[in-house]
Amino acid sequence: MSSGIEAQVLQPYKYGFVTDIESDVVPPGLSEDVIRLISTKKGEPEWMLEWRLKAYRNWLKMPEPHWSNVTYGPIDYQAISYYAAPKQRPTLDSLDQVDPKLIETFEKLGIPIEERKRLAGVAVDAVFDSVSVATTFRETLARQGIIFCAISEAIREHPELVRKYLGSVVPHNDNFFAALNSAVFTDGSFAYIPKGVRCPLELSTYFRINASSTGQFERTLIVAEEGSYVSYLEGCSAPVRDENQLHAAVVELVALDDATIKYSTIQNWYPGDEEGRGGIYNFVTKRGACRGKNSKISWTQVETGSAITWKYPGCILQGDNSIGEFYSVAVTNQRQQADTGTKMIHLGKNTRSTIVSKGISAGRGQNTYRGLVKILKGAEHARNYSQCDSMLIGDRCGAHTFPYIDVRNSTAIMEHEASTSKIGEDQIFYAKQRGLSAEDAVSMIVNGFCKEVFKELPMEFAVEAQRLLGISLEGSVG
Amino acid sequence: MTGKRKRKLENVLLEIRDLHATVEGREILRGVDLTVRTGEVHAIMGPNGSGKSTLAQVLAGHPAYTVTAGSASYEGKDLLAMTPEDRAREGVFLAFQYPVAIRGITNAYFLRAAVNAIRKHRGEEQLGPVEFMDALEEKLKVIGWDDSYLNRPVNEGFSGGEKKRNEILQLAVLEPRLAILDETDSGLDIDALKTVAQTVEKLRRPDNATVIVTHYYRILTHIQPDVVHVLSAGRIVKSGGKELALELEEKGYDWIREAVPVA
Repeated sequence: MSSGIEAQVLQPYKYGFVTDIESDVVPPGLSEDVIRLISTKKGEPEWMLEWRLKAYRNWLKMPEPHWSNVTYGPIDYQAISYYAAPKQRPTLDSLDQVDPKLIETFEKLGIPIEERKRLAGVAVDAVFDSVSVATTFRETLARQGIIFCAISEAIREHPELVRKYLGSVVPHNDNFFAALNSAVFTDGSFAYIPKGVRCPLELSTYFRINASSTGQFERTLIVAEEGSYVSYLEGCSAPVRDENQLHAAVVELVALDDATIKYSTIQNWYPGDEEGRGGIYNFVTKRGACRGKNSKISWTQVETGSAITWKYPGCILQGDNSIGEFYSVAVTNQRQQADTGTKMIHLGKNTRSTIVSKGISAGRGQNTYRGLVKILKGAEHARNYSQCDSMLIGDRCGAHTFPYIDVRNSTAIMEHEASTSKIGEDQIFYAKQRGLSAEDAVSMIVNGFCKEVFKELPMEFAVEAQRLLGISLEGSVG
Repeated sequence: MTGKRKRKLENVLLEIRDLHATVEGREILRGVDLTVRTGEVHAIMGPNGSGKSTLAQVLAGHPAYTVTAGSASYEGKDLLAMTPEDRAREGVFLAFQYPVAIRGITNAYFLRAAVNAIRKHRGEEQLGPVEFMDALEEKLKVIGWDDSYLNRPVNEGFSGGEKKRNEILQLAVLEPRLAILDETDSGLDIDALKTVAQTVEKLRRPDNATVIVTHYYRILTHIQPDVVHVLSAGRIVKSGGKELALELEEKGYDWIREAVPVA
């Protein structure tokens, strides 16, 4: 019976196709010359190149970290190609010039970028390998002073903003993978919401890895000025390949006084096959700074893909009364491994943080929650609430929880709740006795388990997330 | 009574013959015979460990139990060959002794999924959330219950009594042909017992039947059983009218154990 439940979560990856497109790929290997080449291809100013080189020189001195609860073979950084772009470079202002194959690719992924088919209420930046191929609704947003574009474009067009904020939350030498990203990042999104503006659309970036033997190193920077609001969503997928591909992204968020940033991720990179061959190594640094008073940053992530996930989206709660939130669903199936959680660093007075983590392990998946809540001396009356729930499907998977708590102010209030449950035969039987199929029963139980997280997603994507979970849980059990 | 029985001969809904079943290698049912006709209410009584709940679980198709011999037919079909979900879709309902909680899923959502699974099986159209809520409110009115359970997660944080009431709510909504109530009365206070019993009485129709598995006479003061059976050591050892239940209430089960040698 339990193997029956397990069989349902083994579902082929549905986004594993390859787009046959001519690419401009830089040969594998990493050196200062390669970084110079990337910088030239992007048409970057000198300061950007200097910053990249500084990061690279730091990276050379750093050891690859191995403290996480995951195992993988050595990564040969000289075997990775650090730049791949479709040959026909479009002018971003006109979609007519985008290769139809690219438009078709994103359409297949459910991300229409053509004018007439666009998603209502969502502005999309579509990134294919190392370049942004299209950003929709730019004019609509520009009318309110909102900048939403590829980061490579922002470096050229808005250098004063990028220079001010890039690396201000995640420094170029923050950690091994962040340093690597700072040296070689190729594209990603930039969003700037001016003072007092409530962004009228959901901003969204869709990342697609296509080329083989390449790494994806995107960089995202979102700045919300005083009193502004923005909701941003990223999605991603990759073709099925036997080799492991490295994805080392950096995301930085800055929220000033009374500003709110809501950042949602639906991560569906290729997870590898049943035997653990192939799949993406998703080693990502995401951090938000609540710099202003009453600011708020909320992370919501639904992690279903990748062979290995290693990420801890965190909040630095600097401004008084600022709020940090982290809502996470991480699914590991087959041989997937995830070591994920958050860091909430309380500096300001009356800062509050909420952590809700849901880990689902199936197959031989290993799921680890790792979270740090740190309350510093000046953080009077800080509060944290953490809830970590694990669900096991089958008897070959694992769930692990490592909560780190560091409190240096006695006025702090901390709450931590944790639970581990197993989808039981009795639950399935109960649902079946009411006429539901085993598939529907599992899907219902899992969705119910994740409900507290799903309700945090923007409406357009909550359905998508449930569907995604539904897909990975749907199967051929008679 | 006898004449009435004869007229109903062709209305057999459930027929169990020489049913044997084991759990973890232990034989619990040792040759159960039982015939239930439409329009009837049967009570199955017996001491702890006599196999009452096993019988209920086996009829619903719980995978932990293995049928080793005998047969059970429902509406003339081989019940034991059907999957648990198909039994449910064909109208067999088990009110669980220990209802299971499903976190994050409201009763209303769960009930709609169940109703739609059954409708799909019958080739009927699926009900949307609004249509379903309308239909549900109608049913609540009939049984005289309010809608306070509907937006709570399935059995999560329910008291023992609330869980049992929730089973009866599901019974009322799903309208099965054969309802098996597995010790639904245990853990209920007198008022709750009355509500549950009255609801079961209201749902009684000429084309359905109810099997009540119970330890106690109590519930039978509110629901009129047509037949009372005593299950002992995995077999039905005595059947009779309501007076048998009363006799059990007075004398306990020991006289039956003594009267019937166990194989």
